[in-house]
Amino acid sequence: MSSYLRPTELGEALQALAAGGHTIVAGGTDFYPARVGRAIDEDVLDVTAIAGLRGIEDRGDHFHIGATATWTDLIRADLPDWFRALKQAAREVGGVQIQNAGTVVGNICNASPAADGMPGLVALDAAVVLGSVSGEREVPITDFVQGNRKTARRPDEMVLGLRIPVCGGDARSAFLKLGARKYLVISIVMVSAVLEKAADGTVGRLRIAVGSCSEVARRLPALEAALAGKPADASLAGLVGAEHLSPLSPIGDVRGSAGYRTDAALTLVRRTIAALTE
Amino acid sequence: MSISFNLNGKPAATDAAPARRLAHVLRDDLGFTGTKIGCDAGDCGACTVLLDGEQVCSCLVPVAQVSGREVTTVEGLAAADGRLSELQQAFHEYGAAQCGICTPGMLMAAADLFKHNETPTDGQILDAMGGVLCRCTGYSKILDAVKHVVQPNGVRFVNPDAGGAMGARTLKTDGIRKVDGTELFGADVAPADALWARAVRSPHHSATFTLGSFDDLHARWPGLVRVLTAADVPGNNGYGIYPDVKDQPAFADGQIRFKGETVVALVGDYDTVYGIRDEDVPIHYTSRAPIFGFDGLAADAHRIHDTYPGNILAHGYVKKGDAAGAMKNADVVVEDSFATGFVEHGYIEPEAGWARRVGDRLEITVSTQAPYMDRDEVAQLIGIPNESVRIIPTACGGGFGGKLDLGVHPVIAVAAWVLDRPVRCTWTRIESMAASTKRHPSRITARYGCTKDGDLVAYEMDGDFNTGAYVSWGLTVKDRVPVHASGPYFVPHVEAKSRAVFANETPAGAFRGFGIPQAAIAHDTLMDMMAEEIGMDILEFRLRNAIRKGQETATGQRLDYSAGLDQCLEALRAPWQQARAAAEKFNAETDGVTRRGVGLGCMWYGCGNTSLSNPSTMHVGLAADGAVTLYSGAQDIGQGTNTTMMQVAADGLGIRMDRMDLVWGDTDKTADAGKSSASRQAYVSGRAAMEAGQDLRAQIMRLANVGDGATIDFGELGAGVLKVTDGDAVREIDLSELPADKLHGNVLVGEATFDPPATPLDEMGQGNPYGTYGFGAQVAEVEVDVELGTVKVLHIWAAHDVGAAINPTQVEGQVHGGVAQGLGLALMEEYLPGRTENLHDYLIPTFGDVPPIDVFLIEDPEPTGPYGAKGIGEPALIPTPPAIFGAIYHATGVRMKQAPATPDRVRAAILAAGGDDS
Repeated sequence: MSSYLRPTELGEALQALAAGGHTIVAGGTDFYPARVGRAIDEDVLDVTAIAGLRGIEDRGDHFHIGATATWTDLIRADLPDWFRALKQAAREVGGVQIQNAGTVVGNICNASPAADGMPGLVALDAAVVLGSVSGEREVPITDFVQGNRKTARRPDEMVLGLRIPVCGGDARSAFLKLGARKYLVISIVMVSAVLEKAADGTVGRLRIAVGSCSEVARRLPALEAALAGKPADASLAGLVGAEHLSPLSPIGDVRGSAGYRTDAALTLVRRTIAALTE
Repeated sequence: MSISFNLNGKPAATDAAPARRLAHVLRDDLGFTGTKIGCDAGDCGACTVLLDGEQVCSCLVPVAQVSGREVTTVEGLAAADGRLSELQQAFHEYGAAQCGICTPGMLMAAADLFKHNETPTDGQILDAMGGVLCRCTGYSKILDAVKHVVQPNGVRFVNPDAGGAMGARTLKTDGIRKVDGTELFGADVAPADALWARAVRSPHHSATFTLGSFDDLHARWPGLVRVLTAADVPGNNGYGIYPDVKDQPAFADGQIRFKGETVVALVGDYDTVYGIRDEDVPIHYTSRAPIFGFDGLAADAHRIHDTYPGNILAHGYVKKGDAAGAMKNADVVVEDSFATGFVEHGYIEPEAGWARRVGDRLEITVSTQAPYMDRDEVAQLIGIPNESVRIIPTACGGGFGGKLDLGVHPVIAVAAWVLDRPVRCTWTRIESMAASTKRHPSRITARYGCTKDGDLVAYEMDGDFNTGAYVSWGLTVKDRVPVHASGPYFVPHVEAKSRAVFANETPAGAFRGFGIPQAAIAHDTLMDMMAEEIGMDILEFRLRNAIRKGQETATGQRLDYSAGLDQCLEALRAPWQQARAAAEKFNAETDGVTRRGVGLGCMWYGCGNTSLSNPSTMHVGLAADGAVTLYSGAQDIGQGTNTTMMQVAADGLGIRMDRMDLVWGDTDKTADAGKSSASRQAYVSGRAAMEAGQDLRAQIMRLANVGDGATIDFGELGAGVLKVTDGDAVREIDLSELPADKLHGNVLVGEATFDPPATPLDEMGQGNPYGTYGFGAQVAEVEVDVELGTVKVLHIWAAHDVGAAINPTQVEGQVHGGVAQGLGLALMEEYLPGRTENLHDYLIPTFGDVPPIDVFLIEDPEPTGPYGAKGIGEPALIPTPPAIFGAIYHATGVRMKQAPATPDRVRAAILAAGGDDS
């Protein structure tokens, strides 16, 4: 018979994880769909009652998104303008029902190649804060998600939150998701980008991440380097070339062929950059 | 450990396991079945409830998480005295609920919206409600209803006087049940002590298997009552929709012909049958290379059925004149090939029901489109007379053809019969998609020829249809397609051939149009190509060739009445011309990345079964207390039959519709009104219902010894006195003086049977296959992102000749829903066995994908229909895909010839045409 633990204290949760064998559940939006027509027969650790895990906070040099903060919490949070891309991604997760229950951290832990939160978090250089009875550690998000349904979380750990370093005051971000219908859609390609301008109005720091085109959302470092120092105006998007997409390794599936994904990614990257320089 | 919470403002508690889904606890433990389950995966939103005032999918909430919180379900929307909320009332008045299965979810999403925003914009409404899927309405009337709450928009319904129901926007007779959460569907009705049955399905597309001993399974799982196999079927272990073709086994008998086929069924308590993993059931498979698509036609392909050489089920053929010869005389000949895939019905209610044995009879309460066919099918599975089976249909949460074939019936029937205990079964969404029938995939090559003046000369078509692993409706599709192949036009010479071909894939059966939507993509794309070649406007070319009264169809049937395609096209001329011009202006003035286009599609469709008798019988009873009851076996699957039958029967009798009661569906209480398929209920059953009313009226007139012109005052219910007035003469009939010895204890019963006039087709496919045909045309305006290949439909104008609209609100609803499904077929829907068995990989249109739809009702009366009416259910879907494909061509210059035109296919076609060099 399975057990169901819903602690109110973090310590109790970490003790349970240390003892082993628990599946962590928060919003349930990935847990239950994987168990249609199947009794739930594993030991569950429900983390939603743990005090203090749901906040989204300004912590000076970084923002913290708590482990049980939902997409709706993110949408409603009073955050700097450069969170716009992440908020847009949140609005395009499932329907409002999913946004109200599903958590940002859960999306990362589920480690789907099409995770809506990943491109935005990767572009923001987010780090994942993990906790266990032996202490906390922080892992860059690109190291945390290791592949399709694969993360660096040890069985005795849980994610406590995401740490997002602050961007420059004028930073802007944009997000585009391509799907085959309007709502409730798994992306074919997603692009998220953050632009911080230099004092002279040229591109200071530009970070671009593409989702659904590789096992884990990927940054495009060659493109970021190529655009640095260029005028941050309408001409910028025109500098994007197919060669800049080399970090991507899309697969073909029911949503689109690999070739289509590469082609669409190029268009979406251009459009995302165009949106940042409007 | 008990979990306490607040449910609709009252304290509630449950001892359920904490990980149990809230939706299941609400429904199965607490009896709040107003919350529906469509997928258990957050993909459909049917189970939406409010949790602390915010909408969530209750299928994704562990019940532990509601501890101490407030849960609101659809049952909590109405006032304590039962008065509907403003939102519910608006849904009811606008016809926003068709089948009603998504309605609770829609209402809760809208309730959430209004908690946050009392004056939402259209976009905000869509965003708030986009998480709930509807398969019936095309979302149009739902949006209207929600907008009405924001900004009241006048009265949308009438409560007609006696004789005024035909053509009136009456409320649905079952409309309140659809919006207050009390409607009962297949999964809502089983008794608490029913055992659960779950099929164990083949994970292989093609295999043989043997079964081991189930002793270990029983030892490990004491709650397992029985494992049923093919050996347990008391009668014939085979079923199928034709009386003489029962090829699909209830339980596979050593052979697996498609992935998802039932091998055994586990019967026991819920936790047991869902706790046992399939891999723990001793089934030993030997898989073999499956046959997909049309590969079964290859010379070296193995036979899927021993009895069908070459894996060909059957050929269909229609030949009129000499198409090959005449084609030589055409000035312009166009030819092309077209392909479509499997399409899933996607009703939001998965198959469900329960069965019990009552002595030597079997009672099955189930969601279905075909109660009497179910009865006969089940009887031969059990080996008992047809009359020994009683089918009690529940409300049907969407059918579209998919609930014509048996679903849960074989397993619950055998289980209840063998065990003599009530047994229930509800398919999961995954099972529903893996095991139910689909639209036939097609590959069609066709040629069309015309003169340079624009007169059609000849049509030739060769079409293959993948009927999957079993016959299902394959014979119907192979017959219907050649009959309709050349489209709703007068064509002097036609030769059309079809084949139904087996594959190791989901059986393809009936789906809204029986192959005609596939054929329409071919004929209407070729129509566009010819118009372009001869330089004629696409609409005017069709209008010139639209088949008219006095002309003969491809089967040589002369249409004497009700052929209103020309009127449909004339109604669309203005929007067509304006939209075409606007699109061209837009394209000339913008950067070319977003391009607009406008296309046109036309259709015709024979109402009723092809060349077969398909009668409906209806009764209208008058009881001693004056109660008048329509006994209708015409199953309402959301299309509104419960309402429209009442309308025509009431007018036939001359009584107020709201003074009449309805008994529907139950095969012990209603006569056979055939299947809710082939767009036949309004036409065939409607005619019978009208005449049954007229028959009762005539009996009353005879009893009163008055003439036809007399009027009847039925008086108050309970008074039991009729007052018949004929000129100055007034006669009173005291009903209590009449013997209550007629059907169902009535004192008088009107009865009528109607079987549409049709004749068999000869070997050349010549004859009169249908009593009447529906006609229609649609204009689609689209926007194509040429860099991404995405297509957004901006607007649809739909004109349909329905003979006479029994209820315009219901007819509009059918058109909206048909357009939405046609849009899905055209742009996003393709079922891939084993790969898209859920509603997130298989995409149906959401709230944001269906555009505004302007409906033009054309009424060219059909004299054999009730007050001129004929069918609309299937016609509405058929012209949408070719209209959208034509619009894509107009926008981009690219012809899409494969459905669905997904973004990757559209983009590939644009790149192949060199239309974009980025």
